[in-house]
Amino acid sequence: MATEAKDVAESAPGMPQLDFATFPNQIFWLLVTLVVIYFVLSRIALPRIGAVLAERQGTITNDVAAAEELKQKAVGAEAAYEKALADARAEAGRIVADAKADIQADLDKELAKADTKIAAKAAESEKAIAEIRATSAESVKAVAKDTAKELVAALGGKADAKTITAAINARMKG
Amino acid sequence: MADEAHSEGTGLVFHPMDQFIVKPLFGDGPIHWYTITNVTLWMALAVVGVILLLVMGTRRRAIVPTRTQSIAELAYGFIYKMVEDVTGKDGLKYFPYVMTLFIFIVFANFLGLLPMAFTPTSHIAVTAVMAMAVFLGVTILGFVKNGAGFLGLFWVASAPLALRPILALIEVISYFVRPVSHSIRLAGNMMAGHAVIKVFAGFAAITAIAPLSIAAITAMYGLEILVSFIQAYVFTILTCVYLKDALHPAH
Repeated sequence: MATEAKDVAESAPGMPQLDFATFPNQIFWLLVTLVVIYFVLSRIALPRIGAVLAERQGTITNDVAAAEELKQKAVGAEAAYEKALADARAEAGRIVADAKADIQADLDKELAKADTKIAAKAAESEKAIAEIRATSAESVKAVAKDTAKELVAALGGKADAKTITAAINARMKG
Repeated sequence: MADEAHSEGTGLVFHPMDQFIVKPLFGDGPIHWYTITNVTLWMALAVVGVILLLVMGTRRRAIVPTRTQSIAELAYGFIYKMVEDVTGKDGLKYFPYVMTLFIFIVFANFLGLLPMAFTPTSHIAVTAVMAMAVFLGVTILGFVKNGAGFLGLFWVASAPLALRPILALIEVISYFVRPVSHSIRLAGNMMAGHAVIKVFAGFAAITAIAPLSIAAITAMYGLEILVSFIQAYVFTILTCVYLKDALHPAH
């Protein structure tokens, strides 16, 4: 303690920094320290930190690339979806058009069939009417002949059938 | 610190420089170059700090870093970027040397802020060795890389011809002043801050001004934290600037 106090008393007025007696000691230990730190840094610490930073950078780059890829995939999927939707729409339109055409064709066919049936029926009816008309004319002739013979007989005449028929035919033509 | 005991009775006694005394760690006696002194202790603590931060802190090599690993990576990135920005890509070879200087100065400065601590970087012997190492290293590197072309550093080709010899003289002088300013800047800053804190601490013996003194110590301490980092930064970036001159001597 005493010597320390004396040392202090000696060196306190000046600067301990300029006490050249301590320079070799400081320089020696400084060099030791710097060499140790240099080797610790260059052999262990700096390569390790550099590797960690590079690895992190790599991971980030990979993740970003993967995200980009997924995004591309999503865009592709969306395009495929849109295309499928458009295809489905077109298909539906086509089916509707087909169905419409089918229905139209069916309708036309049925209409034509119905028309022919109607025409056939009409012709048949025409024939029947003509037949009826013809038979009715014959009946009128027969009734007129009979009536005329009876009338002639009732009036006291005697008319032969031939004359009556000729007279009726002439009348009916007129 | 040790003198507070025997200074009583004389009233106000300042020994602001006693904290810088180099003394043997074990016993007394003369200080040989190999003596284990407080310089040894605090430099060893700096080494321990460096190992704790940069080696143990990065032990797990985590992709998502822990807090300590983040700080280690931050320090690495800070100096790496500085070397790359100031000296260019070809300066990255010397990154470990620059990092060694920076991390040593940072740890020595901050450990020196602990109460009762010794600050190796407040000694001109320490900073001068580092500055001379940078100066000599850069000068030798400059001549090895560029040959006589390195002298172009002193010949300002963009100036008028008549001015060039004068400028060359100024450049040469400023070149040789570099290690001086480089070392004294760091040692002076560290020494001044610590001494001022010590002076304020001496005033704390007077009861009336003790609160003021303590407030001043607190403020100075905050400033010193800033100075500790900034001086390490300045020393390192100047090293990078000198290195750039060696690699690309053209103005």
